[in-house]
Amino acid sequence: MKDVARAPDDALEVYGTRLSSRLFVGTSMYDSPAILADAVRASACEVVTVSLRREAGGSRAGGSFWDLIKSMNVRVLPNTAGCKTVKEAVTTAQMAREVFDTPWIKLEVIGEDDTLQPDVFGLVEAARILSEDGFEVFPYTTEDLVVAEKLLGAGCKVLMPWGAPIGSGRGLNNVFGLKAMRAHFPDVPLVVDAGIGAPSHAAQALEMGYDAVLLNTAIAKAGDAVAMAHAFKLAVAAGREAWLATPMEPRDMAAPSTPVFGVAFR
Amino acid sequence: MNIRVNGIDCDVKASDLESLLAELDYAEQTVATALNRAFVRKKDRAATRIAEGDEVEILTPRQGG
Repeated sequence: MKDVARAPDDALEVYGTRLSSRLFVGTSMYDSPAILADAVRASACEVVTVSLRREAGGSRAGGSFWDLIKSMNVRVLPNTAGCKTVKEAVTTAQMAREVFDTPWIKLEVIGEDDTLQPDVFGLVEAARILSEDGFEVFPYTTEDLVVAEKLLGAGCKVLMPWGAPIGSGRGLNNVFGLKAMRAHFPDVPLVVDAGIGAPSHAAQALEMGYDAVLLNTAIAKAGDAVAMAHAFKLAVAAGREAWLATPMEPRDMAAPSTPVFGVAFR
Repeated sequence: MNIRVNGIDCDVKASDLESLLAELDYAEQTVATALNRAFVRKKDRAATRIAEGDEVEILTPRQGG
């Protein structure tokens, strides 16, 4: 087994909160509220992401959604999705803190529409403002080590690099960069956020030593969202156990697994 | 008085943010508010005056990824 500081229950600790599930699940794009609720249950996740939005006049959809989330007995991680400036992100975070009654904020400052990649300059600035204001910031970032250092310096105690562009389902686009990030920050909770498309991607992230994954579309847009949520639960658990068991190092050449000594006819 | 609420031009009677929420039937809802892109706490809404041309955001919990 890997020589890592490990709680007996292998809990993930973020901002002093212990979580037994290493799967964070988004609440958007499900075919119905009932399917969302069933999927969250099947995933066994303890954290779901939510947002704040304008409500169409008289729809009252926000109230019923919030009632549903409160009934699930999960923690909420509000996001600043769609914000493109520091000012927008900070104001949205302040609004979210009041409504959702949590200091947690998934900080997104989007810099480019085609890839939805973060504006890392604005991200660092917003992270500093929010951390100084008492927020516990979960920054949606890239695998850039310099940006990561600056986010930590700004007060973040967890980092959430993308696997691939949001909603793309492409998996881990830059395995080398993500491995470097894991190696460079061995003690910082790292969560792959965005781009996960299949349970194998989630397992891969955990096998690489990532502490958790955050995903939405891969479950919500699956043919059977509830079954897929359960598949992700299993994949994350398998990936974590594999990391702790220390995967073998790949080799370039074949190496026989059956003993060579005693082969007949030689 | 003409203001913009959630990006839509509105003609309203209210002169403070709390009254505006009541006028627009948000009084019983869980909402967060901003005035001219600055957050306004729930406890400050009654004392926050609104004026011609102001931009008000009224946001509610929604699905998110």
